[in-house]
Amino acid sequence: MSSYRGKVQQLLRAASVEVGDRVRVEKAGSVYEGVLMPRTELGDPNHIVLKLASGYNLGIKLGKGAKLVKLEKGKPPRLGIPPLKIKRDPSKPDVSIVGTGGTIASRVDYRTGAVYPAFTPEEIYSAVPELADLANIRVIEACNVFSEHMTPELWVKVGKAIAKELNAGARGVVVAHGTDTMGYTAAALSFMLKDLFRSVVLVGSQRSSDRPSSDAALNLIGAVTVAGKSDIAEVCVVMHGSTEDDFCLIHRGTKVRKCHTSRRDTFQTINDIPIGMVRGGELKLFRDDYNRAKPKGRVKVDGKFEPRVALLKVTPGMPSSVIEGMLKAGDKGIVLEGTGLGHVPESLFEGIKFAVGKGVPVVMTSQCLWGRIDMKVYSTGRDLLQLGVIPAEDMLPETAYVKLMWVLAHAKGVEEVSKLMRTNLAGEITPRTRPDVFLKPVFSLKAGD
Amino acid sequence: MELNYEKLGLRVGFEIHQELDTHKLFCNCPSALRDEEPRLEVKRRLRPTQSELGEVDRAALAEALKGKGFRYQLYPDSVCLVELDEEPPHLVNEEAVDITLEAALLLNAKPLDEVHTMRKIVIDGSNTCGFQRTLLIATGGRVEVEGKSFRVPTICLEEDAARKMDEGVGLIDYRLDRLGIPLVEIATGPDFFDPYTPAKAALYIGQLLRATGKVKRGIGTIRQDVNISIAGGARQEIKGVQELALISTVIEREVQRQLALLEIRDEIRWRGARRVVKKIIDVRRVFSKTSSGVIRSALQAGGTVLAVKLPKFAGFLGKELQPGRRFGTELADCAKLYGGVGGLFHTDELPAYGISQEEINGLRRATGAVEGDAVVFIADAKEKAEAALSAVVDRANQALGGIPEETRRALPDGNTEFMRPLPGAGRMYPETDIPPIAITPLRLRQIKARLPELPEKRRARLMEKYGLGKELAERMSLSENLELFEELARKSKANPTLIATTLEETLVSLRREGVRVEVIQKAVLEGLFAGVAKGKLAKEAVPEVLRGAARGVSVQTAIEKLGLAVMEKAELRKLVREVVAGNRELIERRGRAAIAPLMGILMERVRGRADGKLVHQLLERELKKRGAK
Repeated sequence: MSSYRGKVQQLLRAASVEVGDRVRVEKAGSVYEGVLMPRTELGDPNHIVLKLASGYNLGIKLGKGAKLVKLEKGKPPRLGIPPLKIKRDPSKPDVSIVGTGGTIASRVDYRTGAVYPAFTPEEIYSAVPELADLANIRVIEACNVFSEHMTPELWVKVGKAIAKELNAGARGVVVAHGTDTMGYTAAALSFMLKDLFRSVVLVGSQRSSDRPSSDAALNLIGAVTVAGKSDIAEVCVVMHGSTEDDFCLIHRGTKVRKCHTSRRDTFQTINDIPIGMVRGGELKLFRDDYNRAKPKGRVKVDGKFEPRVALLKVTPGMPSSVIEGMLKAGDKGIVLEGTGLGHVPESLFEGIKFAVGKGVPVVMTSQCLWGRIDMKVYSTGRDLLQLGVIPAEDMLPETAYVKLMWVLAHAKGVEEVSKLMRTNLAGEITPRTRPDVFLKPVFSLKAGD
Repeated sequence: MELNYEKLGLRVGFEIHQELDTHKLFCNCPSALRDEEPRLEVKRRLRPTQSELGEVDRAALAEALKGKGFRYQLYPDSVCLVELDEEPPHLVNEEAVDITLEAALLLNAKPLDEVHTMRKIVIDGSNTCGFQRTLLIATGGRVEVEGKSFRVPTICLEEDAARKMDEGVGLIDYRLDRLGIPLVEIATGPDFFDPYTPAKAALYIGQLLRATGKVKRGIGTIRQDVNISIAGGARQEIKGVQELALISTVIEREVQRQLALLEIRDEIRWRGARRVVKKIIDVRRVFSKTSSGVIRSALQAGGTVLAVKLPKFAGFLGKELQPGRRFGTELADCAKLYGGVGGLFHTDELPAYGISQEEINGLRRATGAVEGDAVVFIADAKEKAEAALSAVVDRANQALGGIPEETRRALPDGNTEFMRPLPGAGRMYPETDIPPIAITPLRLRQIKARLPELPEKRRARLMEKYGLGKELAERMSLSENLELFEELARKSKANPTLIATTLEETLVSLRREGVRVEVIQKAVLEGLFAGVAKGKLAKEAVPEVLRGAARGVSVQTAIEKLGLAVMEKAELRKLVREVVAGNRELIERRGRAAIAPLMGILMERVRGRADGKLVHQLLERELKKRGAK
């Protein structure tokens, strides 16, 4: 009954009514009979919520003249699915699902009245029984946070959980992750997991798994297929490839970005083509320049990150004091999301000069997202190079941010930072820009359009 | 034979679904249907889910078992990511809530303190997200029809479903234009005990909704679902009765169906039938030389023939439940729905369709059927035929227990066919993307202050204040033109009946002729009626002036140009004399009876420039003068 407070809580107590009990409320000539439901904490505190026999919920303001009677003792409504027990099939690959929280496994939450991650990763399994045909599933919980609450410490925790599974013999690992910061985690794991010899697949969903139209099932089936069947020994993201429930794309962990707030096909590989796709349990690879899985190996977690790195989106007229403030706050590295080919307004030159002078590396990416940094074309670019700004090629700003965190914790001196930032470590830099990788039409247009 | 419905324990209630005239309920798309070919198509699937209380709904499961995919047709300029389930719903359309509250108050219902948006699981694909969003707005309403009071327990606001355009074997096509249009759903209690009163009550509620002036009109914008049960029978929800006139037929035929099903139950029990076993047997062998085209082509396509025995069912499959629909048809409904097969054969209808007695004998031997047993068989792909026969056995077993609760679809002739089992309450759970809406006393006061007149009061007022006849008052009371009518009647001194007939009849028939009446401005009508009131033109000239106005001719110009100005009396007298003189023969032959044809000739010549009464008067006088008898 924790969700009711104050006067309403007292009234409920006085009538010895608890959540789940069937009650009758009489008020101003109306009579409502139903089961008392939990109340969201954020709602008006003077209302109670009843579920009528018809299934409808309604809120009643318990004011003067309202009469509340308990009709029948009930059980509090319980979320969740009984865990599914399935015997291990030695002919199928062993795939571990590492839970982190997020919408791939979520249920109704009465605290906020919103969709909230489920607390037992078993629910993922129970919700998609098809997984049993693909692999022997093991479920581990590394953490349980919304992906927006992920931290570099949690990246390492997840990395360690993955390494433990792979080193213990898992054929592949699936990481169930909220979509908001999945790209950051994918990049972090890409730099962190050394000697990776099996697939690490991040997966999530854009429509919560409590709805019939959820994309979670197809995504999970795709992810488990990649982890259990593919020879990709990289960190990748597997999510819907279109708005249809048709196929998933396999994105490289350092080249992928969440590009839409709500669509199923929100994840896009930027400045490159995806590694491949998975449809109906079948893999189709688009390229062969990926790291191949090996039968044996040992993953090491090199999880040192410098947490004091800033990602700054440059805006017209931005003053140098912004950068000075960052340095004062203790930032050890700055990734700029510059304009166009990699530019900033003159007003920011002083700040950059100041940072570089203090030995704080400044890395340039583009807020265009698509395309490559080129600071030789215009004088502003040349000036910035002169100031010591490190151009990050065609790296995504978020990937450059995670990489700089990792590089700062590993390089000795500014020179090495600059060198490592410009060296391809985990597929984050492509040497050539393909002509076919820019904003493809997302719907299939019918002939004649 | 007239049944004694009271004795049968007939109980009827209904739901009215009326589209509201505002944008969509959870996004800003227009509530507009599209006819042209869709620009885009998106394919999706749905999976059953667990409700808040932890059970998978049986209707949801039934749909999932059918395993269909869905193809959604859309138009990017009028359908957005919300309908496509690619963007969370926006906040509820407040205008739609207001209209529903208005309807609730007109129905004497009590609005809730706080409204919660619920998800009602529907996984037939008609909602892209797998549920329909619905809000209970008010409860405890009452209406009076023909002196009797009926309960209206719930008034809901919900989103309309997508339109089903086509259904293939593994794919259903839906158009997303209708998905999300706000509907007010008004449910009566099971308070009707005969087949005829519900239609009258539905008509009245429909009128009440139209009185708000904020509901859509036209075909498909209002739909009725009817709930029917009889004593010992089971509740049936019959969906999509579009015409009020059909409601009573649907009820009569449902009673007929339930009585027949109860008869089957009793007789079959008396015969000692037990639960039918799902023993499905391959009988392809029996039909190796068949002359049945259906079976031959199924076999040629790599399919097979599967059969199942229904012990002691012989004779019942051919029993008529509704005109032209037998118990066998009900079994076929299930087979089609769950197996995706085209239909089935059963021994009650054979030999026929190219199936010989010899084959029937073989079929009986293969299934071990003895006298009194029926055999059902299906020629199709193995999995489909199996699923279909399994559904047939389930339905046959239900018949042993009586009548299953079902959701059924109304057919145009008043019969019904099976859609799905009646859903339980378990399919509702909260829509977590939308916060509850408090209905404040202030909001209710504002709505109460502008409540429209009830239709019956309005009708009485139109008759009393404007002297409209009963029928015209009724029409005007429900018309979109009501406000305009009252304004015109107030401003001009013209006869209100003329104004009303002009708006309700003349303009309608001109539109039918192809005249673009929609371009006629209010000012034109004002000028027109002012002219009539001042005697500048005769009421007979109204259609001619409107025709001109539709082409952009002003009233004044129309009067002058078309020569419509009222004829001088002298001129008119001259014309009358002329016509009488020119028709002497007719007058001599027919005497006073010639008045009618002469009036016809005269009015044609007058072309609306004179009042018919005056013409008549002058004609009579002229004839009298000439001594016609």
